Amino acid sequence: MKATKRKRANLHNKTIDTVEFRVASDPKLLKIIRAGITHLCELIGFTPQQSQQTTLAVDEACSNIIKYAYGGATDKPIIVTARLIQNGIEIILRDFGKKAVPAEIKSRDLDDLRPGGLGVHLIRSTMDVVSYDTSRKRGNELRLAKFSAAPAAAANSDQTPVVPASS
Amino acid sequence: MLDIVTRQKDQAVIVAISGDVDLYSSPEVRKVLIGLTGRKAPLIVVDLRAVSYMDSSGIATLVEGLQQMSKYGGELRLFGLGAAVREVFELSRLDKVFQIYDSEAAALPDNQAAETP
Repeated sequence: MKATKRKRANLHNKTIDTVEFRVASDPKLLKIIRAGITHLCELIGFTPQQSQQTTLAVDEACSNIIKYAYGGATDKPIIVTARLIQNGIEIILRDFGKKAVPAEIKSRDLDDLRPGGLGVHLIRSTMDVVSYDTSRKRGNELRLAKFSAAPAAAANSDQTPVVPASS
Repeated sequence: MLDIVTRQKDQAVIVAISGDVDLYSSPEVRKVLIGLTGRKAPLIVVDLRAVSYMDSSGIATLVEGLQQMSKYGGELRLFGLGAAVREVFELSRLDKVFQIYDSEAAALPDNQAAETP
């Protein structure tokens, strides 16, 4: 009994599995990433809504990479690394394109009805952690996380919560 | 794979979309809507029953259609939103901007009084 408890304790908040998607920045490949993320979310017991929200956020982040970091080029690398953690999922999105300017990354005013500009808002409103790493020599790294339960304790991040290039 | 079928029903043009509407496929939707608004279609009813996924580019396409139609007094109505698609509208606070109905019959003019969007 004690051994079982210890094993469970050791698993707590540790990475238990990692899946990596390496795809070209081609919009027609977004569906593959969405399918993979959705399946992973189902594996860890997310509700359908949690799975849909996580998939939406990753899709929007990939779209932003294609549109802004790579300027629409379809042959550049995107690496999506999903880590299944004990209480949810962490997803790192890496690109090697134009660096985003954190000060310019913001949600737009939703009262301003116009096409576009909703991607950042959707990412922020669906994920528990959205943080952007500007220290990379090339490109950008976005960290997203979503937790199956209340994120208050688990969502603490030592990085400033920001998001990638606005859409 | 996206599939778009349009048909005329009295004054309305029904646009039935099947598949995922994302960065890859939304230009196809845009092309159809811009074609219809270019001809000043008075009422476009978009059937989203077979759309299982829509991202911000799909939403942006519909917003553009709505704005184009408002310039000449046309109406854009939506129906058949699944839970995932509806949530994207709600998160974007566009569920109050678009006229959203539960069914095609409800979205057509004769039934307008029967169901408030």
